[in-house]
Amino acid sequence: MKSTQNKISVRGLTMAYGDYVVMNDLNFNVHSGEIKILMGASGCGKSTLLKHLIGLEIAREGEIYYDDERFDPLSGSIDQVRRRFGVLFQSGALWSSLNLAQNVALPLEEYTNLKKAEIREIVEFKLSLVGLSGLGHRYPAELSGGMQKRAGLARAIALDPEILFFDEPSAGLDPLSSRRLDELILQLRDALGATIIVVTHELASIFTIADSALFLDVKTKRAISEGNPKDLIDSDQTPAIVRDFLLRKPSA
Amino acid sequence: MGSNSEQAGLQMHMEGSNLVLPLSGNWVFAASRPDFKEVREFFEASQQSIESICLKGDHLGEWDTSLLVFARLCQSLAFEKNLMCSFESFPEGVQKLVDLSFAVPEAEELPAKLRASWPENVGNRTLIVYAGLVRYFDFVGRFCTDVLAFLLGRSQLRKRDFLLLLQATGPQALGIVSLLSFLMGLIVAFVGVIQLQKFGADIYVADLVGVAMTRELAAVMLGVIMSGRTGAAFAAQIGSMRVNEEVDSLTCFGISTMQFLVLPRIFALILMMPLLCVCADLISIIGGMVVTIGISDVTMLQYINQISEAVTLNDLLSGIFKSIVFGVIVGVAGCYRGLNSGKDASAVGFAATSAVVTAITWIVITDAIFAVSFQILGI
Repeated sequence: MKSTQNKISVRGLTMAYGDYVVMNDLNFNVHSGEIKILMGASGCGKSTLLKHLIGLEIAREGEIYYDDERFDPLSGSIDQVRRRFGVLFQSGALWSSLNLAQNVALPLEEYTNLKKAEIREIVEFKLSLVGLSGLGHRYPAELSGGMQKRAGLARAIALDPEILFFDEPSAGLDPLSSRRLDELILQLRDALGATIIVVTHELASIFTIADSALFLDVKTKRAISEGNPKDLIDSDQTPAIVRDFLLRKPSA
Repeated sequence: MGSNSEQAGLQMHMEGSNLVLPLSGNWVFAASRPDFKEVREFFEASQQSIESICLKGDHLGEWDTSLLVFARLCQSLAFEKNLMCSFESFPEGVQKLVDLSFAVPEAEELPAKLRASWPENVGNRTLIVYAGLVRYFDFVGRFCTDVLAFLLGRSQLRKRDFLLLLQATGPQALGIVSLLSFLMGLIVAFVGVIQLQKFGADIYVADLVGVAMTRELAAVMLGVIMSGRTGAAFAAQIGSMRVNEEVDSLTCFGISTMQFLVLPRIFALILMMPLLCVCADLISIIGGMVVTIGISDVTMLQYINQISEAVTLNDLLSGIFKSIVFGVIVGVAGCYRGLNSGKDASAVGFAATSAVVTAITWIVITDAIFAVSFQILGI
């Protein structure tokens, strides 16, 4: 692949909180229109990596590039880059003082000149995509955790973002909703051409949606394996710990 | 997606009984697009009967969600009229996304608020007030029994938590309490000196500052400061614990929230308020002294002499006693509002606000009651 096709490119990224190093020297690329899974055991730093990618945390070392442009959380123009992102946080992170429709409408009102009626139609469409049609008047506190998460997804895709970040999208969802969500992720990629980064350790999702997966190892604090999860299982070069993870085998 | 730079267009026409909608140009939000109303109007105005709708995307340029929204509206119109709706040479994924948006039927809910007649409204309001009263008495009752249990040695406070609370309510409040009481003494003395100088009675400023601060002002001001500082903090902290379901998990372990959260906070205030009050008394008297010897002929020695004659032990003790009562009010208001907070961010803010308002209101009311009863008792 030529470097111009890399939507996201991470070079020598080291993440740390204070003295505690989370991950060392991460290098990987995400192609345009690719669905990339970040996987690994709990506490390995998947979510931390996501926070670095969206610029909520500052890298200790290394660089992140979007379309070959350096992404610097401290620069003044970061909001321009962020406008191309859609982020689904772990627990939905809906604004509790707004109802669902207002939650989805807020980015549209802030960043577009659309008429009220148009915004209402878009909101209804986005909510129906996540299966929450007709619930726009409800407040986040009146919804179950899974519904909040789906509403968070509707908000994340409000502006048709180029790059979507999902933090544990299917955790806490029932199997059917979870499947629908996987389906939606694939459709968003196919229809809108979005590049999608997903943090998850739900094996079913990993095998359904992943083009490529990156395994973060908690012991060595490095990314030890990258590739399509089905190929990773078959390949001889895959480290045992990754294969055990993908096959749900307790490691020896 | 092509690189067609045309404006979005729609050429509706009939082919037999088939309504054909060829879409062309760029369907993006940034540019103007045909309104779906046109389709509906065409439909209503049509003389022939329409049996199916067909969307064609041969000349489509760039597109975004606006196209999806339009397609969805067409599809719902078709559902509504029981027609077939098909997509021809549309970009890959559009039909699937539109289908996906119909996968879960729209939730039909009863309106949350049914229109009620006014007697019903009055009844409902009364029930809500009654439920609030029951909650309040429940809180006070359990508070009393738990205090009793503690005094009888049947329960204990967790030492480490309690020491932290003591630190937060006492030493950490000292700075702001000192500053404000110094300024308060200064202001009272300033007003007093200017008035009393007219009669050559400057020296009585010491009486004014001493009695006013020790009896009334120090305790009331302390109550107000602590309700803003500590009461609000209690309400916000306990309120966020409710949001995180921490309070629920305490209940499930059978740990009394009263003993774990409320008693330590109120005891900490009961212990710290008198100390802060003595401190405020002293510092406000010093503040008064600075002004008095600065702008009148009274010397420091005269001022101190006059103060020690004017201020009786009763004055001092009644102020300290009031500060303890105000401490209980601040603690109860903070904890009660926190425990009854709703479960989202704005509810926590509301809990903190109402804790402060409740505490200050009750402090002023109790102070008035104390003023009258001390007068009658001759204290």
